[in-house]
Amino acid sequence: MCATYQSSSLSAELTTASRRHELIPRLQCLQEEAGYLSREVLEQLAFELELPLSKIYGVATFYNQFRFQPKGRFPIAVCRGTACHVKGSAAVLQALRRELKIEPGETTRDGLFSLEVVACIGACGLAPVIAIGDEFHGGLKGEEVPALIRSYRKLAGEEVAA
Amino acid sequence: MKTTQVHCADPATFAHLREAASARSHAGKGLKVRVGTGTCGLSAGARACLDGLRERMPEADVRETGCIGLCSSEPMLDVQPPGKARLFFGRVQPDQLDRITAIARGTEQPSAAEVLFQQPGEVSEAWPGIPLMSEHPFFKHQQRQVLLGCGTLDPGSLDEALEAGGWAALADLLASGRQQDLCERVEQAGLRGRGGGGFPTGRKWRFARDTESTETCLICNADEGDPGAFMDRALIEGDPHRLLEGMAIAAFAIGARETWIYIRAEYPLAIKRLEDAIVQAKAAGLIGDKVLGSSFSFDVHIKQGAGAFVCGEETALIQSIEGRRGMPRPRPPYPASRGLFGHPTIINNVETLANLPTLLGMGEQAFSAQGTEGSKGTKIFALSGKVERTGLVEVVMGKPVSLIVNEIGGGVPDGRKLKAIQIGGPSGGCIPADHLDLPVDYESLKNFGAMIGSGGLVVMDEETCMVDVARFFMEFIQRESCGKCIPCREGTKQLKAILDSICTGRRNEQGAEALDRIQGVMQIERLARVIQDTSLCGLGQSAPNPVLSTLKWFREEYEAHIFARRCPARVCTDLLVYTIAEDACNGCTACARICPTGAISGERKSVHAIDQERCTGCGECLRICRKHAVEVN
Repeated sequence: MCATYQSSSLSAELTTASRRHELIPRLQCLQEEAGYLSREVLEQLAFELELPLSKIYGVATFYNQFRFQPKGRFPIAVCRGTACHVKGSAAVLQALRRELKIEPGETTRDGLFSLEVVACIGACGLAPVIAIGDEFHGGLKGEEVPALIRSYRKLAGEEVAA
Repeated sequence: MKTTQVHCADPATFAHLREAASARSHAGKGLKVRVGTGTCGLSAGARACLDGLRERMPEADVRETGCIGLCSSEPMLDVQPPGKARLFFGRVQPDQLDRITAIARGTEQPSAAEVLFQQPGEVSEAWPGIPLMSEHPFFKHQQRQVLLGCGTLDPGSLDEALEAGGWAALADLLASGRQQDLCERVEQAGLRGRGGGGFPTGRKWRFARDTESTETCLICNADEGDPGAFMDRALIEGDPHRLLEGMAIAAFAIGARETWIYIRAEYPLAIKRLEDAIVQAKAAGLIGDKVLGSSFSFDVHIKQGAGAFVCGEETALIQSIEGRRGMPRPRPPYPASRGLFGHPTIINNVETLANLPTLLGMGEQAFSAQGTEGSKGTKIFALSGKVERTGLVEVVMGKPVSLIVNEIGGGVPDGRKLKAIQIGGPSGGCIPADHLDLPVDYESLKNFGAMIGSGGLVVMDEETCMVDVARFFMEFIQRESCGKCIPCREGTKQLKAILDSICTGRRNEQGAEALDRIQGVMQIERLARVIQDTSLCGLGQSAPNPVLSTLKWFREEYEAHIFARRCPARVCTDLLVYTIAEDACNGCTACARICPTGAISGERKSVHAIDQERCTGCGECLRICRKHAVEVN
């Protein structure tokens, strides 16, 4: 659950109408619940925070974190930081595109996987790194990708069966 | 801040807190096991080790700990039977857990070959024949004073932090009531911003303190956007109380009541550690109203970043906290006079703040005795890339780069040659192999045309193409540019386009394209200067650095790409020429069948050949040939 910033006696500005500073945490909360930001949800937020919808979109589209389409069951984030690049993350990304047949920003038809590229996960000692959901996989090689994807497909199959 | 009488804390309050923590700690003094579960450890498989050992040793106190810094040996764990030194294992696989359990219980003896090292404490018996951590090449030359708790403490335990000396510097400050000269003390000690700016910390604090405001704000910049940098992540995951104590000290110095930690959303584990630590600290009276019974009150709020590199820039960061697009603002006014919500604001990097307990603990004199004339104390570097031992390295300022790369890092593996070190992330530059004696301090690196930056050090060997590296950084910067000012928005796009034209498009090139390419190249240096001189913020101002730096030291490589249309490091796929070696090919036709453009021809059992006009350089033939007959140049 996410906490909202409680305004203190810091300044008069905070206790008046402008709740602008709540915008980004609220967007993060909403995305965590639904996996993405739908128009309906943003319209509702605009109403609540008394901000024009255009401003909400202006802020949401600025930041890389926000998605406007649903994520896959297993969202994959490929790190394209310097160390990962030097250690071959481009090949890993290529292998994922080939295996899943989608481009970064897209989700597979069956809704299982979505792909995105992130600037740096911060696990540079184990480059190249990808994150699938909350799990990180380091030292990955392109050839290992198909087996890794298969293991997640199997996981999904087991969940369906259970 | 308005000067008011400071009501000092009663030293007994903290003493009781610490004693109680110690007592609780010593109560459960059985077999202790610590598994490194920082993000690095987890991505190497530490979770399986943690669960496996808990299952096998229900009698032991199995805890999580942060990154000890030797990432290439993850997952790492250590066992400590009562009265004995901590015994560390690296690259632990699930099939080793039974043996480790036996060693921990004393039914089997460890051999030097299977163990990394041992770390004796004050009263512990050493293991015979096992090397010490201080002898290990990775740790031997380090000065781990800020990273001290990482990999040693359980980040989820306030008790362990207190026992190890955490929060003591703040307690002393509050007991003495020495608020008025704190900024000057830190300035005298010589601490400079560790985020990359290198501005004297105490001096920056003074600007905010000397305003008449009662609403001064403190922000900790934990955005750590530089690709290749993970020092702040490890510090927060491993020793969150150190950061919180540092924030308290800074808030006390400038008279701030409200403080924020702006941390990137890509660090979920660090965020969790911080949230838990704040809850614990609040419960113990270390954060909140009237800390330790003094008149000093402060609060900590966590604000998550949303994936924008530019928000590491202080004015953009402030915009982000205020709920706006992260677009920088012109300075002056500087945040110290007008920042968050219009109030005087100080923004400090995680490592800067984490230095404060150490600085005060050892005293200003001792701190400024470390390092060089202009750069005091230690710096943490994130060593990665083509190097034997990757990880976090803390050294005294002024040591040569070669020490970090060769002695500590172990040099380039597999017998390849070192080509360059990239330092300072996308705003930094490269140091070629023959200049590794360069000392790591702010001035030396700046004069060389590089930059300490946040401390990311990426090692590159002969298989790295420096033009590709410049292109990589340009793509990153161009994507992260906020778009506010034309020189950055359009300039970086043009620079990237020029670099693209250098690295691609060899095949089927028309005359006009070649001309465009040459013209573009002539523009690089001029364009770079314009972007540097006219961009609004640091992102734009330093955007051309990687290009200029690689151009300065690796001009021949650029020229090979531009004029000879070759990539000497064999990285830029468009510029590679694929041929089939006559003496190695056995005519199995595997390559001809897999070639997507039908560029390979040949009869079965006779030597095949590649038609250069049709070849797109995809590399499939190279991948599939079992005779190693495909040559790439």
